[in-house]
Amino acid sequence: MNFDFSEEQNMLRDSVSRFVMDNYDFATRNEVVASELGYSASNWNTFAELGWLSVPFSESVGGFGGNAVDTMVVMEQMGKGLVAEPFVGTVLLFGGLIEKAGSADQREALLPDVIAGETQGAFAYLERQSRYDLADVTTRAESAGDGYTLTGSKALVFNGMAAQTLIVAARTSGEQYDSDGISLFLVDAAAGGVTRTGYRLMDGQLVANIEFDGVTVGADALLGAAGEALPAMQAVVDDVTLALCAEALGIMETLNATTVEYAKTRQQFGVAIGSFQALQHRMVDTFMAYEQTKSMLYRTVCSLEAEADDASRNLHALKVLVARYGKQVGDEAIQIHGGMGLTDELDVGHYVKRLMTINTLFGDGAFHQARFNELTYN
Amino acid sequence: MDTQFSAEDLVFQAEVRQFYKDNYTAELQAKLANLDTYKQTQIEWQKLLFDKGWVATGWPQEYGGTGWTDTQKFIFSTERSSAGAPDVVPFGLKMVGPVIYAFGNDEQKQRFLPGILNSDDWWCQGYSEPGAGSDLASLKTKAELDGDEYVVNGAKIWTSYAQYADWIFCLVRTNNEGKKQQGISFLLIDMNTPGIKVNPIVTIDGHHSLNEVEFNDVRVPVANRIGEQDKGWTYAKALLAHERTSIAGVADSKKNLAQVIELARTEGGSGRSLINDPAFQKQVSDIEIDLMALEFTELRVLAALSSGGAPGPESSLLKIKGTEIQQAVQELRMQVAGTFGGVLSDESGGDISGHEFGSDARRAYMYGRATTIYGGSNEVQKNIISKAVLGLG
Repeated sequence: MNFDFSEEQNMLRDSVSRFVMDNYDFATRNEVVASELGYSASNWNTFAELGWLSVPFSESVGGFGGNAVDTMVVMEQMGKGLVAEPFVGTVLLFGGLIEKAGSADQREALLPDVIAGETQGAFAYLERQSRYDLADVTTRAESAGDGYTLTGSKALVFNGMAAQTLIVAARTSGEQYDSDGISLFLVDAAAGGVTRTGYRLMDGQLVANIEFDGVTVGADALLGAAGEALPAMQAVVDDVTLALCAEALGIMETLNATTVEYAKTRQQFGVAIGSFQALQHRMVDTFMAYEQTKSMLYRTVCSLEAEADDASRNLHALKVLVARYGKQVGDEAIQIHGGMGLTDELDVGHYVKRLMTINTLFGDGAFHQARFNELTYN
Repeated sequence: MDTQFSAEDLVFQAEVRQFYKDNYTAELQAKLANLDTYKQTQIEWQKLLFDKGWVATGWPQEYGGTGWTDTQKFIFSTERSSAGAPDVVPFGLKMVGPVIYAFGNDEQKQRFLPGILNSDDWWCQGYSEPGAGSDLASLKTKAELDGDEYVVNGAKIWTSYAQYADWIFCLVRTNNEGKKQQGISFLLIDMNTPGIKVNPIVTIDGHHSLNEVEFNDVRVPVANRIGEQDKGWTYAKALLAHERTSIAGVADSKKNLAQVIELARTEGGSGRSLINDPAFQKQVSDIEIDLMALEFTELRVLAALSSGGAPGPESSLLKIKGTEIQQAVQELRMQVAGTFGGVLSDESGGDISGHEFGSDARRAYMYGRATTIYGGSNEVQKNIISKAVLGLG
């Protein structure tokens, strides 16, 4: 039993950590987020050069052959810097689906470009009514000649504006909530009938609503078997959920450190506010919140790697704790920073807004606790 | 990063499981629950563990310990909890024993360790005083040197099972100068020495396990002092972090929570089991999820220990979260018992009403309020983390 990272994982962590320290101070980060793309293309090239974009992909397509621990290591450090580049959208979601659902030909055709930083991708799965149900898909793909015609509306597509290629979840059979009948299609974002509307979320990321109005694709656009996409979607979403929880942990660590540092320097009543026991105990509570979340993350990643029976239960539990303790850490960071905590110029609020966004992605705390309860007590 | 057990560990796990299955019988369990037969039965049980070579799990082999790896210790304690079996009484085997083998002289090791190992000697702990609780170092029980004896005067309080004890290990003041942590000495005192009086304290669970121990001109040979005079705080402090780690009670909380969930399957109302009530499920999983995380917090502390570290301030985290969870599980069990949770025990500790667990739940809940107080109150633990981990002054 050990909780040490391998030498390669330590190098990966140091590499991301150094990049964040040297190139991603808060002011720079804000410029990146405010740009038209919502991220820096030059940073993205750097990520490719440093090999980060290859982390989760198999060696057969030129990947690093990493596992969930490797992704966790990268995401935790990215969380510390509030990195806005679309690692989740392009590498983990888009690339992850191709890796899991795609044929050997598709993997070889598409993943090297992802790894090289030449492709931006996005996964269009969510619809206005779907909330956290991956099977709630009304977008339809009708057979048309050798291929398909896609019709429907997707919302909140991460990295949807920058993506050159989209993976679209659409029904080839079945009714709205059915587990069966969902298929994945590779769609050129510039294809006729695709209309994108971009907008920002509170964490600064650029997302898109995308209309598919009779978009035609060939038979080779199908990713995986027709009507059987849900298990692969769920598997990829689980991987991404774990990755987002690692990002959240990095954010929590940064918020706690920033807050303790502030409490040591901010003087009131002639002393540092960190000398007040009422505040000390709140900061101890957030320290424990962070440690508990980290333990749950380690528990989950170990069970996933071991393909243990309780892996999905652990993942639900992890998302519950990220919601519960992430909120506590964020609330206390703002509270202890006082009026400054409310200002847009301070980074604290921005970290909190990213935590709030992560909380709702792929199911909030209440959603995952209900799933956990179903698996455990029913 | 890997938490899977090795093949050897799995063999060990099976052996431990079988041992508890074979030896921790229902009859033994009943005798342990009965206050009249508790002491004798607990000693018999510990002697059985001693014969097996498993009684001193944390001790080095040269002193009669198991010499287990941390993983083996973790397996052993998890299997013990799953079997519902009690831990050994901590005062001898987990508290004073390690102080004696770490800081005592050879004569003291030869004299005291065998009686601790075979459970012939029942020990109790003389730390807290009426005027020194969380602020332990302000203790005032005085030991004055008179020839080759100390003369001890004062009082200790919250002394668990002093009424059963043959020996007490005490922190006493031998010097009033300098910082209050200096001038404290660590003495081993025979409970049969003239001048010792044990006064029972009945707690809110209706039972008597705690005591006040008075010392009136109690004469203790200097040979019973551990280490140097005035340095006792150092020896006691080494023990406190270990104590905090062990009172987190993660494995016991797992077992207790599983039991509460089982009880909630049979209890209920209007034809529905309590466990199927979504509001109740949320209460349970709020606790269970935190406990799942704490289990790994404990493993992380263990892993750090096995790579050579001593339990540091993280043990305070284990103590705080561990005891909060223990209390939350006790509360849940009371909730499942409903009004039967108010039933009093009969003289031997059984339930007067005939309900299966109401009286037990009440006793555990009421006495369980102690967990966030003893071993250094949770507020004191927060002060420790604040200072030692966060660097807040």
